[in-house]
Amino acid sequence: MKKNFIQIKKVSKIYKNKFAALKNVDLNIQEGEIFALLGPNGAGKSTLINVLCGITYHSKGDIFIDGIDLTKNRKKIKSLIGLVPQELHLEAFETVFDNVNYSRGLWGKKKDNNYILNLLKKLNLDDKKNNLLMQLSGGMKRRVLIAKALSHNPRILFLDEPSAGVDIELRKEMWDIIYTLKKEGVTIILTTHYIEEAEEIADRVAFINNGEIILVEDKNVLLNKLGNNKLVFTLDNSFKKVPAVLNKYSYKISKNKSCIEFFLSKEKNEVSDILLSIKKSKMDYLDFNIEKRSLESIFVDFIKKEKK
Amino acid sequence: MINLLAVKAIYFHEMNRTRRTILQSIISPILSTSLYFIIFGSAIGSRIKEIDGVTYGMFIVPGLLMLNLLTQSVSNGSFSTYFPKFNGTIFELQAAPISGVEMIIGFVGATATKSIILGLLIIATASFFIDLNILHPFLMVFFLLMTAITFSLFGFVIGLWADNFEKLSLIPLIVITPLVFLGGSFYSINMLPEIWQKISLLNPVLYLVSGFKYSFYEISDVSIWTSIITILLILLILIVITLLIFKKGYNLRN
Ligand SMILES: Nc1ncnc2c1ncn2[C@@H]1O[C@H](COP(=O)(O)OP(=O)(O)OP(=O)(O)O)[C@@H](O)[C@H]1O
Ligand SMILES: [Mg+2]
Repeated sequence: MKKNFIQIKKVSKIYKNKFAALKNVDLNIQEGEIFALLGPNGAGKSTLINVLCGITYHSKGDIFIDGIDLTKNRKKIKSLIGLVPQELHLEAFETVFDNVNYSRGLWGKKKDNNYILNLLKKLNLDDKKNNLLMQLSGGMKRRVLIAKALSHNPRILFLDEPSAGVDIELRKEMWDIIYTLKKEGVTIILTTHYIEEAEEIADRVAFINNGEIILVEDKNVLLNKLGNNKLVFTLDNSFKKVPAVLNKYSYKISKNKSCIEFFLSKEKNEVSDILLSIKKSKMDYLDFNIEKRSLESIFVDFIKKEKK
Repeated sequence: MINLLAVKAIYFHEMNRTRRTILQSIISPILSTSLYFIIFGSAIGSRIKEIDGVTYGMFIVPGLLMLNLLTQSVSNGSFSTYFPKFNGTIFELQAAPISGVEMIIGFVGATATKSIILGLLIIATASFFIDLNILHPFLMVFFLLMTAITFSLFGFVIGLWADNFEKLSLIPLIVITPLVFLGGSFYSINMLPEIWQKISLLNPVLYLVSGFKYSFYEISDVSIWTSIITILLILLILIVITLLIFKKGYNLRN
């Protein structure tokens, strides 16, 4: 495992129309990790990926991948990278098999029909291998794009919104594939709008907004630090005040006294204690549920803070 | 180092596209060549006396060949580079570790192959209608190859430049076709008034048609060496332009 396998140093990207899509981005990615880029629409996720893949040229800063300077040897770097783009752009009248083979050839790899057939099997495409690409559904096209990216055994895989338009089952399968690739030592960088996805598979997470990286953190650290869950009770009109036994917990009552939120600490399992105390003190409530603080809400908080 | 596997991948990918439209690719040149021979070779040609010692039917073969070679090379060549931009698959060519030269060899090679097959088909069709006796077959093949390669490359550049379908068809329509028709394809320029003969000499296609005529029948409007130098010069200029475009980072999204 190489440290700082991908080094991004003060990289800016200014498009022709003077729009700054990336501003002084500093980021290091380790070999073999799964790295998730999170951010709202237009944050600059795709721009960053396209710059790293050598499709778009950055305007300022330096990028090193495996110690190679991107601007000096694009070809070498491109040969390490597989890209699953955000948009489903595929030829219409070619068969799945031929098209995946074509990608392998473009990356200068020798023909290997068995490898491609296995790959198609892994991606549940083997019964479609002789279909024309235009005969596929959106989710299948996404899988073909993944097959194309993997057809040439990349060491780095970029997935730009791999789950867009993909059903839950396939998403799970895709995560499995990503885990397997990680085991094989492939470095994986993905963007996603599904926060659960990042929560599920990423080792580290970066938040990007308005072309700036606003946070890079180990996922577990992040969830621990900020990801406390809440126990929320919906109250009825009879509610007067919180029984004294509950004072040892940190809680908040909403202004109109319609609900009360207990903030749970990650370590202890307080839910049953609280429920028990409430039952003993005969406090009435209509309903309760546990709200998870997801990466999403952490993220929304972050962006709100940024705006202030 | 040239990455031959990548070149091969592009070449066969393009040839497969051609194979999918094989009927259209074969039938249309055979049909149009046949029509030319029926109308100009037989119907009208029978009323036209020999030009430079050959019948009119024979006379139009090199011009017809040139007309098809040029228009098909340019339009197929431009389509092959414009199409990936149009359907978005260009991202893959941009992300792949391929150099401009490799792309050129793959794409232009495929287009030129198609044009050469087309040229041979036209010659075969023509031989059904007339007694075709090619005096300098090697020279003829040389011109066939060079013309196919040169104008496929020209098409390639147009495809890189074009950002809509109008631009794509503009050049073949307003440049190539008129130049071929005015380049002595269907007449000998010494049939023109002197001033038009002089103006015709500004048309590069005339030199190419003339080269073909020479290799078929040893008749020509200009010397064969002028024709050879012209085609090589055009090819050289196009290669330089293409490499410059690639150096500037061609159609890369900004
Ligand atoms: N070719 C371009 N020219 C000018 N501006 C562009 C270009 N491509 C993208 N942008 C702008 O750059 C910003 C970042 O775009 P980008 O595609 O990187 O966003 P993203 O984070 O991938 O968004 P999404 O989640 O919608 O995919 C956007 O404001 C977009 O309008
Ligand atoms: Mg995007």
